[in-house]
Amino acid sequence: MKKEHVHITPVKTYLAVAAALITMTGLTVAISFIDLGPFNITVALLIASVKALLVAFFFMHLFWDNKLYLILFASGLLFLTIFLTLTMFDTETRGSVDRQTKERINKESFIYQTPDPEVGGAK
Amino acid sequence: MESITVSNAPHVEAHFTDAEQQRESAKMGMWIFLVTEILLFSGLFVAYGIFRAWYPDMFYNAHKFLDVSMGTLNTIVLITSSLTMALAIRSMQVNKKNETIIFLILTLIFALVFLIVKYFEYHHKIELGQLPGKLYTFKGVQGDNPHIFFGVYFAMTGLHAVHVIIGMTVIIWALTRTVKNHFSDQYYTPLEMTGLYWHLVDMIWIFLFPLLYLIG
Repeated sequence: MKKEHVHITPVKTYLAVAAALITMTGLTVAISFIDLGPFNITVALLIASVKALLVAFFFMHLFWDNKLYLILFASGLLFLTIFLTLTMFDTETRGSVDRQTKERINKESFIYQTPDPEVGGAK
Repeated sequence: MESITVSNAPHVEAHFTDAEQQRESAKMGMWIFLVTEILLFSGLFVAYGIFRAWYPDMFYNAHKFLDVSMGTLNTIVLITSSLTMALAIRSMQVNKKNETIIFLILTLIFALVFLIVKYFEYHHKIELGQLPGKLYTFKGVQGDNPHIFFGVYFAMTGLHAVHVIIGMTVIIWALTRTVKNHFSDQYYTPLEMTGLYWHLVDMIWIFLFPLLYLIG
């Protein structure tokens, strides 16, 4: 026989988390009217990530539960990051690598000696 | 923290050692499913990333045709529905069945409000011809290929809306079982799994909102 441990979250905690989520929603809308240049998306995603973590840790109980679920969740995020990062590296740098190194590559490597490699994103 | 000793409870299937093992197995299965859901949406997030990188100005101009106030309203509605879902499970943990029923009904109402707001947004866009691909007839967006933004918009929010509808169906099922006295403070795993699914739907919207409505 084993003892069953169930964490019962106080109502106060849930209300505080919901209040924080709604405050951050207001904050991200307010910040979106300020032009931060390239940091617009960084700030927006940062706030969204904090909100998502609040949902995961408190509403979804990851904070109190067996850490195995946290590892599973993190593995999903890890593969999402790999998928997104590698794809963006490719599509963002295809054109520039070609411009800068086309001649050298053409000289040094016979496999690149096509008449005019029209590689690059639809920029 | 509560400590309960359970032996041979009626809800424990024969192939589990005890109630805790059964509950943890169910939860692990649910989390694996949620990971596949994240990966399902990740394809759309990557498509969004590529197209936004290719057409930054068009994305900026096209996103102005989304209604920020409706998006904000829906974000708050969905966060509140997540709160009522969490409270519904908590009420069952302290054996207050009637409270669970009320909170589940509230969650359903908020989900319905979300879909109604979404309906008005979609309706407006369909009327203006801001539709994906060949169906796009709107002329007011500056920049190349504005239909791509609306294609991404409808694909992402559409798949999310499908999840809201599935979530509502599951909540109705959980509500029916609650009413039929299937759950107690000893056994409420299906309720907990429903909650996990619903929170994931909320979490995905938390990302969709700034990415689509708050560009620039």
